[in-house]
Amino acid sequence: MPHSPASPIRRDVVGWVLLAFASVLLLPWYKIESGFFSFDWLSHPAEAMPAAALSFAGRPWLAPLLLAPIAAAALVAARRTRGLGLVGALGLGWLIAEGFAIIHSGWGYAWLAALAGTKGPMQPGLGWGATFYCVAMLMLVAADLAEHGWCKGDRFVVGALLGVIAAMLLFVAYPLVSILLSAIKDNEGHVAFGLFADKFLSPGIWSLRCLGGSGSCGSAWNTVALAVLVGVLCTALGLPLALIALRTRVRAKWLLRMLSVLPIITPPFVIGLALILLFGRAGIVTTFLATHFGIPRSRWIYGMPGIAMAQVLAFTPIAFLVLVGVLQGVSPSVEEASQTLRANRWRTFRTITWPLIRPGLASAFLIAFIESMADFANPLVIGGNFNVLSTDIFFAVVGAAHDQGRAAVLAIVLLGFTIAAFVAQRRWVGRRSFVTVAGKGDGGLPAALPDRLRIGCYVATAPWLVLTLVVYAIILGGGFVTAIGRDNTPTLEYFLTAFSIEKGVNGWFLSGSAWPSLLMTIGLALVAMPLTAAIGILTAWLLDRQRFAGRGLFEFLAMMSFAIPGTVVGISYILAFNVPPVQLTGTGLIIVISFVFRNMPVSIRAGLANLAQIDKSLDEASLTLRARSFSTFRRAILPLLKPAIVTAMIYSFVRAVTAVSAVIFLVTGRFNLSTVYIVGRADVGEYGIAIVYAAVMIVVMMAVLVGIQLAVGERRLGRRRPGSEAIAAGA
Amino acid sequence: MSDATHNAASPAVRFEKVTKRYGDVAAVDAVSFDIAPATLVTLLGPSGCGKTTTLRLVAGLEQASEGRIFIDSADVTRLSAAERDVSMVFQSYALFPHMDVMENVSYGLRSMGMKKAEAAERAAQKLALVGLAGYEKRQPSELSGGQQQRVAVARAIVLEPKVLLFDEPLSNLDAKLRRRVREEIRDLQQALKLTVVYVTHDQEEALAVSDRIVVMNAARIVQDGTPFALYNEPASRFIADFMGDANVLDVACGERRGDVVRVDVGPMHLDVRHRGIAGRGAALAVRPHSLRLVDDPDLPNALRGRIRKRSYLGDHFEYHVEIADPAMDLYASTPASAAPIAEDRAVSVTFDPAESILIDAR
Repeated sequence: MPHSPASPIRRDVVGWVLLAFASVLLLPWYKIESGFFSFDWLSHPAEAMPAAALSFAGRPWLAPLLLAPIAAAALVAARRTRGLGLVGALGLGWLIAEGFAIIHSGWGYAWLAALAGTKGPMQPGLGWGATFYCVAMLMLVAADLAEHGWCKGDRFVVGALLGVIAAMLLFVAYPLVSILLSAIKDNEGHVAFGLFADKFLSPGIWSLRCLGGSGSCGSAWNTVALAVLVGVLCTALGLPLALIALRTRVRAKWLLRMLSVLPIITPPFVIGLALILLFGRAGIVTTFLATHFGIPRSRWIYGMPGIAMAQVLAFTPIAFLVLVGVLQGVSPSVEEASQTLRANRWRTFRTITWPLIRPGLASAFLIAFIESMADFANPLVIGGNFNVLSTDIFFAVVGAAHDQGRAAVLAIVLLGFTIAAFVAQRRWVGRRSFVTVAGKGDGGLPAALPDRLRIGCYVATAPWLVLTLVVYAIILGGGFVTAIGRDNTPTLEYFLTAFSIEKGVNGWFLSGSAWPSLLMTIGLALVAMPLTAAIGILTAWLLDRQRFAGRGLFEFLAMMSFAIPGTVVGISYILAFNVPPVQLTGTGLIIVISFVFRNMPVSIRAGLANLAQIDKSLDEASLTLRARSFSTFRRAILPLLKPAIVTAMIYSFVRAVTAVSAVIFLVTGRFNLSTVYIVGRADVGEYGIAIVYAAVMIVVMMAVLVGIQLAVGERRLGRRRPGSEAIAAGA
Repeated sequence: MSDATHNAASPAVRFEKVTKRYGDVAAVDAVSFDIAPATLVTLLGPSGCGKTTTLRLVAGLEQASEGRIFIDSADVTRLSAAERDVSMVFQSYALFPHMDVMENVSYGLRSMGMKKAEAAERAAQKLALVGLAGYEKRQPSELSGGQQQRVAVARAIVLEPKVLLFDEPLSNLDAKLRRRVREEIRDLQQALKLTVVYVTHDQEEALAVSDRIVVMNAARIVQDGTPFALYNEPASRFIADFMGDANVLDVACGERRGDVVRVDVGPMHLDVRHRGIAGRGAALAVRPHSLRLVDDPDLPNALRGRIRKRSYLGDHFEYHVEIADPAMDLYASTPASAAPIAEDRAVSVTFDPAESILIDAR
């Protein structure tokens, strides 16, 4: 280039080139069956050859990969950054091409086999060598793009952006594409559009026979009907709860706050279990009604009524939290303005408050709608013969049918619904901006509720509150009696079966049946916790503070994983990661990865909310003080993001511990998880152990939440408030 | 009319046809100027005129779409903010709330890799310079607005940058404090011989602190000169109105004689300096305090009007006068000591030709 001859090569570029060399010369290229971190491979070097050695040992297609580091080194030696991007892209491209072309069973594509006329060479899944190779190549591309002026020439930003995008492509987009591919192929792997059309249009999904009174409807309509019902009920309950919390002087607000936290720490199916114990054929309420009023026992709870009840109990708090945010966004001064314009409280509510919160209601409805669609565990536990998409997907894979194609088709239908709802919800949220226009200097007091409305709110929410309290009483107490409802003798039998600690010949050991899954769950959740927070906060920072082409699309993709139901994630991970080139099933790593990418939107949102409170001039001040973007991020911004980091860590931990829908596909005997274990107990009717285990989980997580809140939350409030006000004064 | 190629020294900042676009909109449009070392130059203009974008282009917080930017003769157009030898004092001060005063002020030195002890010593010097010795351990939130501003200044000058930038530094201070702080900034600039680029929308502030003022409007420079030149020799109606209020009267020019030209304003005839302005489309700018109101509707060679509104502003009266021929509104101010004229009175309005300026009325 004429105007920039021999730009200086920075140290990090040299580092990436060295990493590229290490990845092809030193590290095992392929996956180690016994696990990389067991380091068994050090004693069996033949099973852990690096790419350089493999390319001379019968795998010549790896040889081109070696050229990339050599070319990069030559460019660096010539003090040139330009060209590194091409080298990196070619290295990466070749890795992807040969990885998909040659798999564990020979040629990866039928046309390649036809062309070559042989079964072809084989190779196992990629290992750490390949992983680091990809990272190094990606960063070389980033260095070159930065040199071309991307992101104001900032290589940290470009590198972070490419890294996050690559991770999302691999762990969000690629599995979804695998579903699509799997859906249009038959079980032999041939493309069969006819078969796809048959499966897609099957009456099991779309039948409307139940409307005519003969037979059952397809699972798609069941799912939609259920989700609409749950969405409406949750919003209808969430709004009065939010009004009570913000616009009345009810003393029991702490109760509301606690009830809003409970569903986050409650494993999702536990509410279904409690409902069975209450309203099942042998449930407490059923028995009471049968003995005292002669109402015959029935199985009405199994099916739509039970699922709907469980989901309304579980998701109303989510709608409540959304609507609290919406109501807080309504500036009190516009309501005061209305009152000074001779409108009474009822008229103010009807003409000012209500229109302003209406988009928020739609948003709450759609979020509850998505949650209901994605819910897997309650339909599993209490669904009976009522088929919904999420459970259908599961049974298509684990059942006798084992029809991955059908599971894929069902997943596509379910994903279509949730993504549509997600897109609609984002449009409403986008419109919501007019609610929160007045941020500063708003000293008004929110208008109190008109009396009729207030009493209406109490009446509407009372049954929900009572039922919630009863359900949690059952969950926390039910495991400590012999058979709740029938035989209420207190017992520690279930607790001891699950959590006993005994002294054996080798000292104390955890003999209870629940320990292995509990420890594994906590371990994996702890590993996922910092990763989720890190990638989420980094993504939030990129979204909020950087300008780049395609930012809107990037944000949409990052937040979209919220709308991908857990069952879809589970099936997509099985389809994508069961075979090379990326073979992860059966490992703990895939469970951690699923935790990270499922919970990433929560930490992105926490990060965005926190960043919105930090004036952008802080970043700029740091930049003009000779700190580059990485050091600006680390020294000036990250310390201020502590609240978001804590929130992200808590939520990712808790959500990982309570997750069931995605991981139920991914667990193995060795990597079993609490929730899957509980579902298994409930499935065989061992309600005692299931309930006691759930109660222990709730208590443990409550303790974690309260502990972190006390340790971090209070101090933050004490220190930040006066400062942040003074700093944010002149935007 | 750019005689910006001042004296010998090479400019500290040079803009060569710099343009910054956001999509199709140019926020800064082909702007060129030079800033001589050790001078304080103000970018002045109404909000949205591109002055802050220009400042951010100097800082490297925005990248130019076209053109070239030089700092101390080196082309910095493609350098990031961290790579430019420039510091900035932000409107909101942008003090890091999680660091104490000392950590804030030594932040830049530490970014450059200086040892902690040495950085602390240099930072303490600058804190003393801005009168904040002894405040090292305070949190920003424990300081008053004026003190926060001084910390921001100390943090910026500790790097001894080639150019120091101020983005509306007084806008968060109350009116009394503003006057003092702007004097302090000027003193500091002159004592340390700093090159300063200063952005404000307040013309009085600009007149008070600047060696030179660059007035911008609609993404372009409209005039560039000393405070005296801008006030007394405005190049356009916009400048005349923006630099202190002015009444702008459309006039018809007659014949020139030497330095002066005969102009007609309705029934009134005046001889004013023509300043090389051609006859067509000329106007006369007259400051409100230059207008004389006479409580006599029949004064010869004067405009006839009626007092529409009188406001008492403590040290002076302000009159809104409706003129019949040519139909227009004028604003006049008279000392509080002068006898007030009642509203609705018919008056004559005159002014001294020496205090009126012929301008190009575009």
